[in-house]
Amino acid sequence: MNALVLSAILGVVMMFSGILLKRPAAIRSVAIIGLLLLLASNMLDMSGTRFFSINLGDFLHFDRFAFLFNSVAIFCVLVYVLLTGKAIERVGVKNYADYFALFFFVLCGIFLVTSFQSLLILFLGIEIITIPLYILTGSDKRNLKSNEASLKYFLMGAFSTGLMLMGIALIYGAQGTFAIEKFNLLKIPGSPLMIAGMLLMLFSMAFKVSAAPLHFWTPDVYDGAPTVFTSFMATVVKAAVFIGFIRLFENAFGLLQPTWQLWVALMAAATLFVGNITAVFQQSVKRMLAYSSIAQAGFMMLAIFALNGDAKEGLLLYGAAYSLATIGIFSVLSRMDDYSYESFNGLAARQPLVAATLTIFLLSLAGIPLTAGFLAKFYMIKAVVATGSNLWLVVFALLMAAVSVYYYFRVIQAMYFREAGEHSASFQEPGKGFKWVLVLVAALIIALGLFPSLLLNWLYF
Amino acid sequence: MPINYYIFLAIALFSIGVVGVLTRRNAIIIFMCIELMLNSVNLLLVAFSKMHHLAAGATPTTGIDGQLFVFFIMVVAAAEVSVGLAIIVMMYRNIHSVDVNFLNRLKH
Repeated sequence: MNALVLSAILGVVMMFSGILLKRPAAIRSVAIIGLLLLLASNMLDMSGTRFFSINLGDFLHFDRFAFLFNSVAIFCVLVYVLLTGKAIERVGVKNYADYFALFFFVLCGIFLVTSFQSLLILFLGIEIITIPLYILTGSDKRNLKSNEASLKYFLMGAFSTGLMLMGIALIYGAQGTFAIEKFNLLKIPGSPLMIAGMLLMLFSMAFKVSAAPLHFWTPDVYDGAPTVFTSFMATVVKAAVFIGFIRLFENAFGLLQPTWQLWVALMAAATLFVGNITAVFQQSVKRMLAYSSIAQAGFMMLAIFALNGDAKEGLLLYGAAYSLATIGIFSVLSRMDDYSYESFNGLAARQPLVAATLTIFLLSLAGIPLTAGFLAKFYMIKAVVATGSNLWLVVFALLMAAVSVYYYFRVIQAMYFREAGEHSASFQEPGKGFKWVLVLVAALIIALGLFPSLLLNWLYF
Repeated sequence: MPINYYIFLAIALFSIGVVGVLTRRNAIIIFMCIELMLNSVNLLLVAFSKMHHLAAGATPTTGIDGQLFVFFIMVVAAAEVSVGLAIIVMMYRNIHSVDVNFLNRLKH
């Protein structure tokens, strides 16, 4: 609760800081201090110190899982601001503070989605997350690609919100309440209203996390949005919506699992297939990362399919590993002029440290042992095996993980084994602070890959 | 009146909205179709709210949350309209058209 109230206040503070402070560096410092405060208040809340005592009724329930993910999300946004905060200046210095205000509002929505207990709060949280994202996508006002991406995102997003609302209304008709605790799924087994509502919710949530067959908007939107904001919406936001997704299907529709399990399995397989196979054929690293985010979403869908203890732990680890690695790659990408594979040629010779950390991020995304990405994928596979059925999904997921190695290693190969030609784009010389944060994130990914209990122990103690 | 009539009316309105979104090419009209979808949901929620209220009998507050939800949908839809129209105006300034057929530059 602390973090929820504080994030809304900090969003307003950031809007005013844009009027009072003129230097971008000062605004950035305010945002960083705000994020640190947010992280501290969330940790305090987790250990039992609550600043506000409000009767939350049936609307919100903050459990350790939600608190821990909130901390991960705040930390990822902090890393994001430290790494790419300066690059946001290139999108527009005039509205610099407003972008940070929007980040805080998105965080507010994330806290709602991760701890909702009523479908009303789920709906509000999803909307509070997506409406700022429409603005961020279109923030490059003179760029036609950015315009196109934001309009497409907006129309498709509003459409999927409509589907979700219809689903909620049908479920309300069947149950007579929005509080997922009070659902009585055994009242009328397989009531058509309930099943139809559940499927509509499934499709709209799949849309928000870009799972196939509702992934079609993702490549265009991620490609068209300014790179710095793609980094934000492809990582923290996607992981947070997944937490809401698993919460919805565990607490609200858990008893109906036999009805939806096969649907989710097919969606996960389709998402893995489309994401990985299409990513192989991309010529731009930015677009490849967009498809890779679809592929990673396919892996996270396995957690929804399995829905056991391993799946929840794994989803947390997956969210952290995937977000940190992708934020790192995008922070390097946002300092380049050209996003083709050739622009990475010979980067290792010019920037050995940046290339080394980038390699760790890519290895983590590909799921190579000793990195957090490997353990995250391992947890997902373990969770699916534990369900004892649908083992074809395990084989298929492993096969697709092997395919993903190809396109991640293409970047590593370009950096280390290609000579810098006339294609290699200019890379903005990074400052000392940028390099330090990059090394820290890489170290964290390795540490999580060796000792996942560093993160997961917080769930229980 | 039986609840079925309300359900059929809401589903019909919703389907008109969905078909409109999928077939029309003018961004403003697509937008209006989305609003139609949201309003059909409002209608359905109010009808269900009344149904649950009558079914519960004695307790007067049962079913009130359905009507509460409608207000939230209205507020969120208003916020969405303001952002959406801003995006459409921004696009109109750049290309002097609101035709979504134009939206194919990102494909390649």
